[in-house]
Amino acid sequence: MSTAPDASARDIAELAAAQPLAPREEGRWRGLVLPLAAVAVWWLLASLDLVNSALLVSPLRVLQTAFEQIAGGQLQRALAASLARELAGFAIGTVGGLLLGAFLGLSPIFERVVGPSFNTFKQISLFAWIPLISVWFGLGDVAKVVFLSLAALVPVVVNTCDGIRSVPASLLEVGQAYGYTRRQTLLEVVLPSALPAIFTGVYLALIYSWLATIGAEYLLVSGMGIGNTLIEGSEHFRMDLVVFGMLVIGLVGWLMNACARALERRIARRLGRI
Amino acid sequence: MLILSRPAAAAVAVATQAERPPLARPAARPRAASGAPRAFAQALLPWLLPLALLALWFAGAARGWISSQVLPPPAYVWETLRDLVTSGDLRMHAGASFMRVGVGFVAGTTIGLVLGAAMGLSRRVEACLLPTFNALVQIPVLAWLPFVLLLVGIGEPLKYILIAKAAMVPVALNTLQGFRQTPAALREVGEAFGYTRRQQVLEIVLPHALPTLFTGVRLGFTKAWLSLVVVELVASSEGLGYLIVYGRQLFQLDLVMAAVVVVGAIGYAIDRLLDLLERRLNRHRRSAA
Repeated sequence: MSTAPDASARDIAELAAAQPLAPREEGRWRGLVLPLAAVAVWWLLASLDLVNSALLVSPLRVLQTAFEQIAGGQLQRALAASLARELAGFAIGTVGGLLLGAFLGLSPIFERVVGPSFNTFKQISLFAWIPLISVWFGLGDVAKVVFLSLAALVPVVVNTCDGIRSVPASLLEVGQAYGYTRRQTLLEVVLPSALPAIFTGVYLALIYSWLATIGAEYLLVSGMGIGNTLIEGSEHFRMDLVVFGMLVIGLVGWLMNACARALERRIARRLGRI
Repeated sequence: MLILSRPAAAAVAVATQAERPPLARPAARPRAASGAPRAFAQALLPWLLPLALLALWFAGAARGWISSQVLPPPAYVWETLRDLVTSGDLRMHAGASFMRVGVGFVAGTTIGLVLGAAMGLSRRVEACLLPTFNALVQIPVLAWLPFVLLLVGIGEPLKYILIAKAAMVPVALNTLQGFRQTPAALREVGEAFGYTRRQQVLEIVLPHALPTLFTGVRLGFTKAWLSLVVVELVASSEGLGYLIVYGRQLFQLDLVMAAVVVVGAIGYAIDRLLDLLERRLNRHRRSAA
């Protein structure tokens, strides 16, 4: 498989692109100018009735909708349904991805047999599979979880396989010099060295499966979830509901990002201490 | 092994990506070179799995293990694919899709380059824009869809805007990244030569940022193609994505599969092409250095 190394480079580059670049320290307050100005203009336009459109809802209306959704429990129910699906798909996809990635990384023959097929598979946009999945698994939770696990599987496989294969040869030689058994080599040389890459894969899987959750709720419309809240808002021309749903989705994605990063930092610190 | 914090690790990875040495691949160990039959077997191995799956598919269809409603026989899919090509339907739908990706990608890349360059060159612009940019980027294309849908309706502008947004994000971030990472030594050389600001940008910052920038453009295209499929799946009445939905609605799985194959093949081909271009660009740079 000649595409493996650059595939990893691509994934890292993709990660860099998905990662918000940290703003520089100085002048933090400047970052607030644009959003505040935008909200002010929005508010002004909405309250002055300059634009006569039902779509221009005031920020106050959005806040009110948010309050209603939270007080009525709709938000909690929708979020719980979405997150339960997301976590189920994420867990299945990650476990499967770790296994597949480990086999790909450790066995050259397995890699030769399965690697190219896997690379071809991952080129096809996951969303293109949704119609087929809906025929095979219906429109319910099963189909959604299948789709989510596929979304989570791909980055885990790529990064696990890559992490294992880029263990420095010098480290492996040290293991040989100490007369390590295969088991020892795996646990004490390969695993620690591959761990950062593996974690990157899991982290990407968390983000991908959240994006895929929204996609699944869009394209396999049934049941409830935060994606369905958006669709409902769009169908009833309720811009306040749409804006609210977008904010929630963005916030959840941001929270996941932050949690995963904090966790990774903690693990990194612990590994560094050993 | 010390683990860098993620942004730092990613930045280093991007920075060193161009000159990273090829990884040692276990498959390339010397034992692979022990005779022609061995090499032949090695070359054959990747085909094992697809051929086995194909055989299973053929056998399953021929023996009626699975109803053709659930999994149409391969011959059927092939026929549909040929029909699509000969009837000109494929050209019509692919044309619509290419148009959308073309407009969206060009618009998104242009905006991304301008935004990224502005943020990369001026700290003040960066301080003002980047936090908002980061926040908006957190919201995925699919969440933007209902918002934009209500604003501009279900016509072509909807697709252009969403595809442009998808392409814009990686381009802007990589441009910013590329502009930021000009080595201080190079900048000092420019100062020593008494370069004007314009010369600094055109002859030092830009050439140095070019590989990172190009990676951004390629990623932008990948994202644009992905969002095209999504947008067409949700809201369109022509295009390759629509073909998939249409086949699904009529329960013509052969049409669905044929369309998936076409979407995958086109995406793959263009990605390879950009990859090749990128590699050539990098080789030029290295030989020039």
